[in-house]
Amino acid sequence: MSDVLSDAEIGARHGLSAAAYGDARELRVEGLACTRGAALLFDNLSFTVKAGEALLVGGANGSGKSSLLRQLAGLLPVAAGRIEMAFGAPDQAVHFLGHADGLKNALTVGETLAFEAAMAGCALPAQIIATLGLGARDWQFVGDLSAGQRRRLTLARLIIDPRPLWLLDEPMTALDTQARALVDALAQAHLAQGGMIVAASHEGLAFAQSEIRLGQAMEAGA
Amino acid sequence: MSMKMSLFAAICRQHMQLAWRGGQTVLAVSFLFIAVTLLPFGLGPELKLLRALAPGLLWVVLAIALLATLDRLFQADFEDGALDRLMLLPLPFEAAVLAKLLGHFLALVVPLLVSVPLAGLLLNIEGARVPLVLAAMACGAPALVLSGGIGAALAVSVRRGGLLTVLIAMPFYVPVLIFGAATARVALEGGVGIWPYLGVLAALSGAALLLAPWTIAAALRSALR
Amino acid sequence: MLKALENISAFYANPTRFMGLAARLHAPLWALALALLAYGLYRVAFVPDDYQQGATVKIMFVHVPAAWMALFGYSFIFFASVTALVFRHPLGHVAARAAAPIGAVFTLIALVTGSLWGQPMWGTWWVWDARLTSVLVLFFIYLGYIALWQAIEEPTRAARAAAILAIVGFVNVPIVKFSVDWWNTLHQPASVSRLARPALHADFLYPLLIMGGAFLVLFLALTLTRMQMEVLRQKLRAKANLHGYKG
Repeated sequence: MSDVLSDAEIGARHGLSAAAYGDARELRVEGLACTRGAALLFDNLSFTVKAGEALLVGGANGSGKSSLLRQLAGLLPVAAGRIEMAFGAPDQAVHFLGHADGLKNALTVGETLAFEAAMAGCALPAQIIATLGLGARDWQFVGDLSAGQRRRLTLARLIIDPRPLWLLDEPMTALDTQARALVDALAQAHLAQGGMIVAASHEGLAFAQSEIRLGQAMEAGA
Repeated sequence: MSMKMSLFAAICRQHMQLAWRGGQTVLAVSFLFIAVTLLPFGLGPELKLLRALAPGLLWVVLAIALLATLDRLFQADFEDGALDRLMLLPLPFEAAVLAKLLGHFLALVVPLLVSVPLAGLLLNIEGARVPLVLAAMACGAPALVLSGGIGAALAVSVRRGGLLTVLIAMPFYVPVLIFGAATARVALEGGVGIWPYLGVLAALSGAALLLAPWTIAAALRSALR
Repeated sequence: MLKALENISAFYANPTRFMGLAARLHAPLWALALALLAYGLYRVAFVPDDYQQGATVKIMFVHVPAAWMALFGYSFIFFASVTALVFRHPLGHVAARAAAPIGAVFTLIALVTGSLWGQPMWGTWWVWDARLTSVLVLFFIYLGYIALWQAIEEPTRAARAAAILAIVGFVNVPIVKFSVDWWNTLHQPASVSRLARPALHADFLYPLLIMGGAFLVLFLALTLTRMQMEVLRQKLRAKANLHGYKG
């Protein structure tokens, strides 16, 4: 993987051949600052994620990884700086998979998937349950699924609805080896088509080419 | 345009499914009948008295039953991240909020509205007057749901926020209760000249419809930050 | 004129500068409040007894200004909230939060004195006359507002929620007033008489206005003091956060 940086500027990106969609798709962040309540989480953060690239955001708990993702999704306002998404607004161009999975226990797997399809405005892919490796029938209730199965179910929207930017908060939590391979495969396929990923994780991610770490600038005695 | 409509319908439908499956509809209607049943124990079984007090009592019981259903309106979605999802759709967030409110209205409030005149029979109201009473309640119920929704949205990040929701919503309920009870009284006396009363209730509901969705959306956005 | 006001308020958005201004205003404001209050009570003592109500009419000189302050307090909260949300002035939230309990206490005073005033006339401790009922609903509005501040743990989130409630609630106040007035005319039983105010000629009007002024300055003094306390509290919290972060 790439350089781990001691300050909040991103370092070298491993050269990737420009995908077919190329240059129009780019996430650019300049001088971003984030406050949670009265506390400043990070300041003067800048990076660029081009089409086909994945960025890993590392850092200790509470360093602002989740807050950064929420800012990119438009859920948390920007204290200073700019986020530029040339490819579209968050409500059309971003998939945000946060800590909470947003699943409803009282619905069945089939109903959940149908709802996802309705949110995407397109039809449900035929073998989606098999693709997800869910190991559950579509009449089973979400409340009866295991933690790993639930996480797999949350990935459904990534398959159903193609959106350029994926924001993933701790994507590997509660996943076994096979499920991790699934996430990897989905990510690689997405990147190969010119998509972008920003993922927060305290462990490494195989599909990420570059990394930034939050929290160290603050510790250095700002 | 039709994509947004089907999004709206899907959100509305899911809220209704969850309310129904969680047993909330049955609970709300049962609560209404239980509350009305308790009244004669407190007031005495004399039919004339119950009939005279019925209009106001029915409105108060409806308001309380509505308030009881409110705290799960947004809190479940807030806690499990579904509210974040609603902000990241091609549909405006205010529309998604309205879709949930509509789902809540259809799944919970309509059964309550239908139950109220039946509960009124327990209080000895005249059977022939039931449709008019229903009309009166139907004109005022949107105002109750919408202003209760404001309370629910402001209190969404508070654990056990039910009482806080009631306290916040209470001042908004006062005008609706005042005019609603008056309308019900006119309805139970034969309904002569009821149209101005229905008009005032409808105006209150209309004002709530103008103000509430923006307020609720702003409160939810603030809570998600 | 508007530009000058903008400049002044922007200048005092800085908490340190505000604290400087507040420190200079503190003593004079309190002195004025207490002086006015003393003078007002002195004038009230010499008001002639009402031929109908006797000496109890003097409760009016506390009840009516308290009711004025109840309404003024909520208007103050409304304007402070608008300043905070719309114009993004940071002290707006502080002002609104500081004023809320003061307004609530004035409302409670209005209710209690109203009850005491009316009891000899009505023979009962409470009647549902239009004004008392409106003030009672206003009291619940204050309670809800204060409860919201207390219930939400995160301070900036609480501030935003409270500001939204203040603005929407303010729109509701005239509606409630109108409804309660209408409701009272609908149900007016013959035995209930409204809290009749004696004719407002000079003997009654001037002491009333002086008491009103005294209560107003008292409100402002109390609110200013509470704002100072809140700014200090925030500074302490910020220091503690910084300390905890480094440590």
